[in-house]
Amino acid sequence: MRGNPEAHELIAPGKLEAVLELLATAPGEWTPIAGGTELMVAHAAGRLGAGRLVSLWGIAELRFIESMPERFVIGAGTTFTDLREHAGLSEDFPLLAKAASWIGAIANQTRATIGGNLVNGSPAADSSPALLVYDAEVELISVRGRRRIPYSEFHTSYKRTVLAADELMFSVHLPRRFARHRQYLRKVGTRRAMAISKVALAATLLLDKGTVTEIRLGAASLAPYPARLYKAEAALLDQAVTEETIQRARGALLAEAKPIDDIRSTAEYRKQVGANLLEEFLLELRTTERT
Amino acid sequence: MSAEWPAIHFTVNGEKRTVRVPPMKRLLDVIREDLRLTGTKEGCGEGECGSCSVRMNGELLNSCLVPVLQAEEATIQTVEGLAVNGVPGALQQAFLKYGGAQCGICTPGMLMAATQLLERNPRPSMAEIREGLAGNLCRCTGFVRIFESVVAAAASRAHEQVEKAAHAR
Repeated sequence: MRGNPEAHELIAPGKLEAVLELLATAPGEWTPIAGGTELMVAHAAGRLGAGRLVSLWGIAELRFIESMPERFVIGAGTTFTDLREHAGLSEDFPLLAKAASWIGAIANQTRATIGGNLVNGSPAADSSPALLVYDAEVELISVRGRRRIPYSEFHTSYKRTVLAADELMFSVHLPRRFARHRQYLRKVGTRRAMAISKVALAATLLLDKGTVTEIRLGAASLAPYPARLYKAEAALLDQAVTEETIQRARGALLAEAKPIDDIRSTAEYRKQVGANLLEEFLLELRTTERT
Repeated sequence: MSAEWPAIHFTVNGEKRTVRVPPMKRLLDVIREDLRLTGTKEGCGEGECGSCSVRMNGELLNSCLVPVLQAEEATIQTVEGLAVNGVPGALQQAFLKYGGAQCGICTPGMLMAATQLLERNPRPSMAEIREGLAGNLCRCTGFVRIFESVVAAAASRAHEQVEKAAHAR
């Protein structure tokens, strides 16, 4: 069944303040739409539930990349093309630039926004694993004001977030303190290009004389929402990266991962591949450590 | 057609146009049905195949995923905008010469993606061509002839520029 455009209202107030006023006046009534790479797919298939939509596309206040000495701030309306083409960002946060490069194709990257990717709440979101291991914070905005929370606390369950009905995501904050970290990101999908992830894993890790002194693991599709793997992290912290440590970390990941079965893959496959990705990262670490 | 819808203005292939359509109507459908520019094709309708690719404000996008209201005041180029005074451009001629087009469904999107690529990167490597066209699926050619057409177009443009520079001297 094709979607009927006449069944949906769409307005474009053009200014952030006007959108926030609208959301505040009738919380839950309006669905924000940015680049449309998610909602328009649902619309075409006739399964877009939202009756009234408010466009965020073209709102300049939401589309910016600001670099400060201690952090980067990325506006929620920044596209993945913007992220890929920002030289400073890819230097400090290579995993995010890498993730931006494999979100669909160029024609999707010019429209898909980082805020949309996160608010949509898919467990397979491409930008999420990198943001989790970079300790990102998200800034939310409404007429009531702004609040900033760790991104790791943004998702609460499958497709659910802490975003209130009158709130928009305003920006993503990235602290610039990962230059010395070993970094890893790999996505496994049906094919290399254009496919939505079956599972993805990111890591940032600091080694001091062979001992892990800092570790963050962020996963897509190893839980009903993008999430850190705290137990696998705990199995690695303060340890030397030995074969025994790797096996313990694998075991911890397998125990804590709670993926879902869906059309793209099964929970069991996702867990096994997630553990394999972690092992790949740790083995690479040992190889480079020896040389 | 219906006067109840707000007017939406944009420029398509250099011409100013106004449509009165539901704001959630897909840009693709407006291009085909209201502007009668049927060069742009629909393949999957979900942003996977690239058949409906057009350029808007200098960026490549899938017109099936754009609600037309978001094209307000935009500058749009469709495949019909590639010919110069009715003569196929260098890229189109390369597609003809090197067998880059067969059934023709993917061709307009391929041409738009290749136009975007060559504008950003006039001498792309084969890897860059493959990435630039990765969002455009073809079920006839096996892609190789399309890639070769783009290589040839890039080379002929470079050749033209050398000639121009020589004449200028």
